[in-house]
Amino acid sequence: MTGSVISGALLFAMGCVALAIVLNMWRLFRGPSAADRILALDTLVINAIALIVLHGILEETTMYFEAALLLAMVGFVGTAAYAKFLLRGDIVE
Amino acid sequence: MMEQALDILIAALIVLGGSFALIGSWGLARLPGLMARLHGPTKATTLGVGGCLIASMLYFPAKGMDFSVHELLVTLFLFITAPISANMVAKAYLHERKVAEGRKCDPAADAVAGRMPLPEASSATCDWATFGAPEASKPDTL
Repeated sequence: MTGSVISGALLFAMGCVALAIVLNMWRLFRGPSAADRILALDTLVINAIALIVLHGILEETTMYFEAALLLAMVGFVGTAAYAKFLLRGDIVE
Repeated sequence: MMEQALDILIAALIVLGGSFALIGSWGLARLPGLMARLHGPTKATTLGVGGCLIASMLYFPAKGMDFSVHELLVTLFLFITAPISANMVAKAYLHERKVAEGRKCDPAADAVAGRMPLPEASSATCDWATFGAPEASKPDTL
């Protein structure tokens, strides 16, 4: 009983996040503006973090948290750099 | 009994988190215009990931493993950076639109086209979104 509730919830949530990633990819390819693509990439990274955390619960290991933390940081820096490049035509001035 | 209640709480948080992540991405795919699309990922998806991370934070101590603050760090980091990246994307979009259409503020034309009006430029050389023209701030000879 105890494990089956959580594993059912995990299956549902991972399906939801996978579908969310497909929707993000659709927006990433469709655009239409560059800002839309930046936003889609940012959301893609956030959904990847959710998937990693859910996979960590499924595998019962805390090993994946470092990966999630790194992805969160790199995702934010990447979004900031893309937006900065569109705004200024340069990243580090 | 206590353990079962904790399991149900964790399962509810996981389901809620997954649902919110899906709703946010659905908004990103379906809403019209970038300014509307910004709402989905910045609010719903961030909340969804927060739910998953809090569920994970409760799950590992419940299984008798060590309590770790990694999830709390990721949650805090995401909640702090989401509004900053949304602001930067919005500024990039406004700047891109202005450059692509090659025009200054025209609220009447925006109202006809059903668009959000562009903000006023603070001066001839300084744009609201860019805080200064990129060409002017860069020396030509380097």
